[in-house]
Amino acid sequence: MTALLRSRYAVGIGFLVAAVLLFAVAPALLTTFRLGLLGKYLCYAMVAVGIGLAWGRGGMLTLGQGVFFGIGAYLMAMHLKLADAGPGGVPDFMALISSDGVPGWWEPFRSGAVTIVAILVLPTLLATLLGLATFRRRVRGAYFAILSQALAAAFAILLIGNPTATGGSTGLNNFKGFFGFSLRDPANRQMLYFIAAGVLLLMVFVAWRLMVSRFGELLVACRDAEERVRFLGYDPATIKTVAFAVAGMMAGIGGALFVPIVGIISPNDVGVVPSIGLLIGVAIGGRTTLAGPVLGAIAVAWAETTLSEQFPSGWTYAQGLLFMLVVAFLPGGLASLVSWRRRRSDTADPTAGADPEPAPAEVLAPAEGRTT
Amino acid sequence: MNKDYLELSGLTVSFDGFVAVDGVDLTVLQGDLRFLIGPNGAGKTTLIDAVSGLVSATGRAEFAGEDLLGRKVHQIARRGVGRTFQTATVFEELSVLQNLDIAAGAGRSPWTLLRKRSGVPEAVTEAMETVGLADLRDTKAGILAHGQKQWLEIGMLLVQDARLLMLDEPVAGMSAEEKDETGRLLRRICVDRTVVVVEHDMDFMRSFAKSVTVLHAGKVLSEGTVAEVQADPKVQEVYLGPGQHSAEEAAIVLGEGV
Ligand SMILES: Nc1ncnc2c1ncn2[C@@H]1O[C@H](COP(=O)(O)OP(=O)(O)O)[C@@H](O)[C@H]1O
Ligand SMILES: [Mg+2]
Repeated sequence: MTALLRSRYAVGIGFLVAAVLLFAVAPALLTTFRLGLLGKYLCYAMVAVGIGLAWGRGGMLTLGQGVFFGIGAYLMAMHLKLADAGPGGVPDFMALISSDGVPGWWEPFRSGAVTIVAILVLPTLLATLLGLATFRRRVRGAYFAILSQALAAAFAILLIGNPTATGGSTGLNNFKGFFGFSLRDPANRQMLYFIAAGVLLLMVFVAWRLMVSRFGELLVACRDAEERVRFLGYDPATIKTVAFAVAGMMAGIGGALFVPIVGIISPNDVGVVPSIGLLIGVAIGGRTTLAGPVLGAIAVAWAETTLSEQFPSGWTYAQGLLFMLVVAFLPGGLASLVSWRRRRSDTADPTAGADPEPAPAEVLAPAEGRTT
Repeated sequence: MNKDYLELSGLTVSFDGFVAVDGVDLTVLQGDLRFLIGPNGAGKTTLIDAVSGLVSATGRAEFAGEDLLGRKVHQIARRGVGRTFQTATVFEELSVLQNLDIAAGAGRSPWTLLRKRSGVPEAVTEAMETVGLADLRDTKAGILAHGQKQWLEIGMLLVQDARLLMLDEPVAGMSAEEKDETGRLLRRICVDRTVVVVEHDMDFMRSFAKSVTVLHAGKVLSEGTVAEVQADPKVQEVYLGPGQHSAEEAAIVLGEGV
C-alpha cells in the first residue's frame, strides 16, 4: 500500500478510485435522499478545494468563503425562481410581500446563459478586486482573516436586510425546475448529483495541476517568505490574488450547485458560521494536501448531519473541540498521518531521496507539520 | 568603463527624525568586491535596504545608469539588483532546485508559470555547480546546513541574473572552512558583477576584500584598500576609542598589517 502511495501513478489511481466511488458505488448503495445529502457535501468540498489552495498553499486564512459561495448560490436561486415564475412572471415570495414586481437588477437572470456567466465571473471578480486591494497593501495573517470574516458578516446582514429582493432570513427556496428539468423527478436529482461529482473531480484536477506547476511552487514560496519573493522580482500580491480568485470561483460554483441540490439558500448558509465550518473541514483533512480538504469537508459535513440528528446542539461544541485538537496536536491535519508513515518507510529506503521528479505522494502531503 | 556600476550620492534614510544613513556618497564598480564595515548600528543594513527599495530614502541611487529610488522592491529586483538578508531566507518547504528555479523565473509568462517545470533551466544547473549544491538539488532547503543556505541564497542571486549583489553578513555563523569556501565563491562571481558585502568578520574581510568602505553613524568614515583603511586613524578611533593606539592594539581589533 505504501509502495502504491509512493508511486508516480498515485494521483491517477486516486482519481480513479474517487470516480468509481462517486459514480458507481455511492449511487448503488445510497437512497435518493442520502445521495442528495452526499451531493450537498460535494458542494462544500468544492469550496474546500479552493480553501486548500488559498490557505493551505498560499497562506491566506480566508474566513469569508461563504461570500463567494453565497453569490454563486443566490445567482442560481434567482434564476430558478424567475424560471419557475415563467416569462415576465413574479416569483412567489416577492408577490407575497410586495406589489412592486421584480427589481430591475433581477431581470438579467431570467436568462440561463447570463446566470451561468455571472456565476463564473462575479465571485471571481470580487475575489480579484478584494485580493488586489488587500494584498497590495500587505494585509495578511490575522488581519486578512478578520477582514474576510467581516465581509461574510456584512454579506449576511445585507441579505437579511432586503427581504423583498433576497427573501430575507428565510432565503430563497421551493424551486420547481432546473434549466427545464423538474426537480421533483428522482432521475433529475440523481443527474444533479452526477454533475456535482463531475465538477468536483474537475476542480481537484485543476488544483492538482496548479500545485505541481511553477505557479504552485511560487505560491508556497509566497506563503513561507513573501518578502524574499519580492526581492526576486515578483509581485506577491499578483500571485496570491490569482490563487484567491480561483478559490473564489470554486466557492461560487459550489454555491450555485448547492441550490438545486439542497433546494434552499438562506443567510444561514453563507455567513460567518458556515464560512468557519468549511475551514474546519479543511484543517482537519490537511490543508496543504490535495485530497485532505475534500475528504475533511465531506467528513465534517457528514458528521454534522449525523450527530446533529442525535444531539441537536452538541455538534457546534464537538466541531470546536475537534478543531482545537487538530490545531494543537496535528497541525498538518489527518493527511499528515499518511505522510508520517511514509516518512518512516523513507528512512528504510536509501534511494528515496534520489527521485528526480517529486513523487505524486509528495504532492498529496508535501508540507506536513506547518503551523503558520 | 562598464556601465554596470553602483553610484550613491547624498543617500539619506531617516526614521522619524533619526538619521540612520546620512548623506552617503559611494561608487562601486563592476568587478569590485567592496566590503562595507562599521560598528553595530552604523547603518550598513539600512543602506542596503534603501538601495533595494525596502525603506524609502532621499538623495540618489543609480545602478547601470538607472534610478532606483522611489521604485518598488520587485521593480528594483528586475533591474538586476539582488540582495540577501542577515538571516538566510530561503523557501524552506521547497527543494534546492525549486528555490533556484523560482529565482530564475521573474520574467516568465503566465502561461509558463501555469505549467509544470520540464527539465532544469541551464542557468539553474550552472548556479548549482557554482555554489556547490548540485548534489543536494532535491533536498528541502529547510534542512540544509546554515552555510549551505547562504550559498543557496547566493545561487538564487546568480540565477536571478543580479548584476549588483548586496550580501548582508553572509559568513556570520559559518565555520572557518565554510568562510573560505564563501570567500572564494565571492571572488569567482565578482569578476563580471558588482558585489557589496556587509561583514563584521575582520579576518574574512582581510582575506577577500578588494576594497573597503567604513561606515560610522550613517556616514562614510573612510574608504580604500584594506591596508589604507586599517591605517586610517579615524577608523582606529571608532574601533578602539579616542587617543593614540599602539600597533599591537590596532592589530588585535583590525588585524595584522597595520
Ligand atoms: N525600521 C527602523 N526604524 C527605526 N530605526 C531603525 C530601523 N532600522 C534601523 N534602525 C536604526 O538605524 C540604525 C542603523 O541600523 P542598521 O542599518 O541595522 O545598522 P547595521 O546594519 O550597520 O548594524 C540603528 O541605530 C537602528 O536602530
Ligand atoms: Mg546589520
